[in-house]
Amino acid sequence: MGESIVITSGKGGVGKSTTSANLGTALALTGKKVCLVDTDIGLRNLDVLMGLENRIIYDLVDVVEKTCRMEQALIKDKRCDHLYLLPAAQTKDKTSISSLQLRWLIAELKEKFDYVLIDCPAGIEMGFKNAVAGADQAIVVTTPENAAIRDADRVIGLLEKERIPSPKLVINRLRTQLTKEGGMMDVDEVVSVLAIDLLGVVPDDEQVILAGHTGEPIVWDSRCPAGKAYRNIARRIQGEMVPLLVFDKQQNMMSKMKKWLGFV
Amino acid sequence: MGKVRPGVTIKGTKDGLLFILNDSCPFSRLLEELKQLLEYNHSSLWNGPDTKVLIKLGKRQITKPEEIALRQLFATKKNLLIQGFESEESSDLLHTSGVQMLAGTVRSGQILTHKGDLLLLGDVNPGGCVQSTGSIFVLGSLRGLAHAGSNGDETALIAASIFKPTQIRITDVISRPPDEWDESEVGMRFAYLINNQIAVDQVQSLSQLRPDMKWKENGRQRL
Repeated sequence: MGESIVITSGKGGVGKSTTSANLGTALALTGKKVCLVDTDIGLRNLDVLMGLENRIIYDLVDVVEKTCRMEQALIKDKRCDHLYLLPAAQTKDKTSISSLQLRWLIAELKEKFDYVLIDCPAGIEMGFKNAVAGADQAIVVTTPENAAIRDADRVIGLLEKERIPSPKLVINRLRTQLTKEGGMMDVDEVVSVLAIDLLGVVPDDEQVILAGHTGEPIVWDSRCPAGKAYRNIARRIQGEMVPLLVFDKQQNMMSKMKKWLGFV
Repeated sequence: MGKVRPGVTIKGTKDGLLFILNDSCPFSRLLEELKQLLEYNHSSLWNGPDTKVLIKLGKRQITKPEEIALRQLFATKKNLLIQGFESEESSDLLHTSGVQMLAGTVRSGQILTHKGDLLLLGDVNPGGCVQSTGSIFVLGSLRGLAHAGSNGDETALIAASIFKPTQIRITDVISRPPDEWDESEVGMRFAYLINNQIAVDQVQSLSQLRPDMKWKENGRQRL
């Protein structure tokens, strides 16, 4: 019996799908059987981020309407043997499934997989309610911006109402330099407002955009700090204690010299 | 002609004096009668040693301003110490004398409505709202909206350990903090209503502003 985790945020564009794709890949790389479920019906893009768009034959709506078997709709990842994707339908909309159907679907998937990651659509309407219905746990993704934090706060309130125990927080796209200059909220401020457990912090990185463009999740890049952050989050999901990464920009030669000489 | 029931009856008990206010009498007449009694009669009783006073209101529920009016009348006689007010239906939510404690975070989009004074152990986040007929005390950060005295109680207060609201309302008066916050001013503060405007001050100045709330030393004086 696996575990189902919904990845949600309220606000759009904060990196729900990117987080889903990377956490799914990172969990699969540790040897777990993982299924990604895209519930953003009508605006699917998890398949694009994974580079699996051209392999879609059946989708989530086909499965709940029983026009195909579950196994037919599951797409195996290009590189990872234990990773599968259940894509959303692109030609339908959010009302074409009910929360009851999704609850059944997730329960079925939990029989086969260790982790079922549910990629939630933006907003707090029907699509959100459906995505949350089958989840045992929740990860709330936010960027350190006021607008995203307001929405994350609202979503945490709604998750509590749905009786999902203690959602976990992922802070995405943190810019260390900007927080130092006071132009962005720092991690402590965000955590103190939202008052939930922090699961991880992912730095802002151009590499993530490039990875999305080529359809290869950033976790494959072993040197990229964002990829490393996602791998650490995956380890924390499995109960490991991993310290938070420190994302200081590489110091230049001058400050290194000063450090050696003991000036700083 | 039958005998008219008096508005105010005074009884002596072993603890002090019992004022029974007739609940079928209009409140204004009660005040008048009480004033007559206190000012022109029983001079020996009113100027003697300190006496504890308990006021029984019958079925009447009094509002905060009415309570203050009563207290002011008794304040003219220094030896009369009001111990409390008693209503027969004291379980009624409209008149809860104590402060009720609640815990938890009020998040964006959530509204906490309350009757009476409220002590919230937790934060009020931006977009969240706390509304109460009485005062609101937040043991945590107030970052959202607080509306005290929503039924028109002008004596209601809003206080918070970290006072950084998006907006505050007392009765119908609405106020918001200045756009530029002085970071030194987000500490323990309270808001109150004065001249139909909301003012914010340090908690320490509350006792000067509301002398009736100031605690009094009632332990034995050390000699």
